[in-house]
Amino acid sequence: MALYSEKVMDHFRNPRNLGVIEDADGVGEVGNAKCGDIMKMYLKIEDDTIQDVKFETFGCASAIASSSMATELIKGQPVSKAMELTNQAVAEALDGLPDYKLHCSVLAEEAIKSALEDYESKKNKTE
Amino acid sequence: MKRIYADNAATTPLSPTALEAMLPYFREQFGNPSSFYREGQLAKSAMEEARIKIASCIGADYKQITFTSGGSEADNQAHITAAALGRSQGQMHIISTAFEHHAILHPLKALEKEGFRVTLLDVHENGIVDVAELEEAIGEDTCLVSVMFANNEIGTIQPIAEIGAVCRKHGVLFHTDAVQAVGHLEIDVERMCIDMLSASAHKFHGPKGSGFLYARKGIRLRPLIAGGAQEKSKRAGTENVAGIVGMAAALTESNARMCEQNKHIAACRDALIAGLETIEHCALNGDREQRLPSNVSFCFEGIEGESLLLLLDDKGICASSGSACTSGSLDPSHVLMAIGRVHDVAHGSLRLTLGEDITKEEVDYIVQAVKEVVERLRSFSPVWRDLCTGKAKHLL
Ligand SMILES: Cc1ncc(COP(=O)(O)O)c(C=O)c1O
Ligand SMILES: [Zn+2]
Repeated sequence: MALYSEKVMDHFRNPRNLGVIEDADGVGEVGNAKCGDIMKMYLKIEDDTIQDVKFETFGCASAIASSSMATELIKGQPVSKAMELTNQAVAEALDGLPDYKLHCSVLAEEAIKSALEDYESKKNKTE
Repeated sequence: MKRIYADNAATTPLSPTALEAMLPYFREQFGNPSSFYREGQLAKSAMEEARIKIASCIGADYKQITFTSGGSEADNQAHITAAALGRSQGQMHIISTAFEHHAILHPLKALEKEGFRVTLLDVHENGIVDVAELEEAIGEDTCLVSVMFANNEIGTIQPIAEIGAVCRKHGVLFHTDAVQAVGHLEIDVERMCIDMLSASAHKFHGPKGSGFLYARKGIRLRPLIAGGAQEKSKRAGTENVAGIVGMAAALTESNARMCEQNKHIAACRDALIAGLETIEHCALNGDREQRLPSNVSFCFEGIEGESLLLLLDDKGICASSGSACTSGSLDPSHVLMAIGRVHDVAHGSLRLTLGEDITKEEVDYIVQAVKEVVERLRSFSPVWRDLCTGKAKHLL
């Protein structure tokens, strides 16, 4: 019995889409140092499609794996689809998370939403 | 890959001597110590021999040792006994410290609900109680002072003899949770004026689920478990004979080797501390001198403890952390908070507690592994990025 699924450990050990996008179209940061998990998402969006996504995370294995999986789930997707990403989808794609770690997947959902909102608000300003 | 076990404050491997001593009591010597025939009496005498051995290791009389299921039970029983005595004399004030084990803090919470006033002493940045502050806190209505011998997370050793003397002077009961100290540090309950002391076998190479409570002559322990007349009616239930015998064998062995081993462990500890201090923006937790020979505790900025532990596990190293994610709550360890580490920093804590068989080569390996893992986690930490770009200020 391991604490985490193989999938979680894989994404924790080899996070996908790690890094920053300097000229990102949308940036979202959620969490705080008090609770122990902070995620920052960067989106590159063209034709209302997520062309590229990168992330940085300070947090536990579940937080790192959740952000990694969330980026995989939205990459190449239309913005409208990415907006519908749920924490359940992230947790399921990771073959589940321990109950007390579900909040980390919620944070991943919120980080994506926050970056998308940033993109929308920037878009509205330029239009 | 060879594993390096550096979590001896959590538990220690069972000593082969202790195991050998225990085996007969799982096999042919299975008698119940309360039985009158030979098999029962053999078990009984093994248990009483164990009591004598254990008592001699802490300078106590064997009549003053009560066997328990471990440190938590001993802590609970000590506090409930002192509280009952206090209540009967109208003394409803208890003094303890902010960084005790939960086996002390949770019973204290319950006693507070029952009307006791609890003062938790500050343990300062160095993790050590100030004896003058303690004396100041003692009042007419103080029925108990409870200060741990050595802290389980940051390893700081408290001025137990001075505290004992102050308590004796004021006629207040003094209990110490010595779970991290017994078998590792010299203890003399008489000289140190200790009235009650808790210990747990699995922290000194004995079996889990076995411990004891020392209570000075004249203190009538209140039973937590009612029933048969075992342990002079202070703890009902057929005794854990093998566990008790194993505890005595382990403690005798640990005490005999203590002096020599502590020199070696402390040298390795200091080398490990020096190695880890070469990592930028980190800090040692707790006093550098007044600390257990085995304890190394650090906070690293910009990273989180659970990730650190899992990547160290991948490198064959068993360690622990006081981060929220490892404590199972949203807050990082109360011990780190008590010495003034803010949340941001406390989440990035690492505790390495060395065993007697640690080698210099293993210390070097640990230093290298921690360096690599900290660097890796910082490389994608938004917190670390903000610190590096000057958006946030370094705390360490
Ligand atoms: C200081 C301290 N007190 C009490 C305990 C509890 O001991 P046990 O696990 O034997 O109940 C521990 C063990 O973690 C400890 O470190
Ligand atoms: Zn987390």
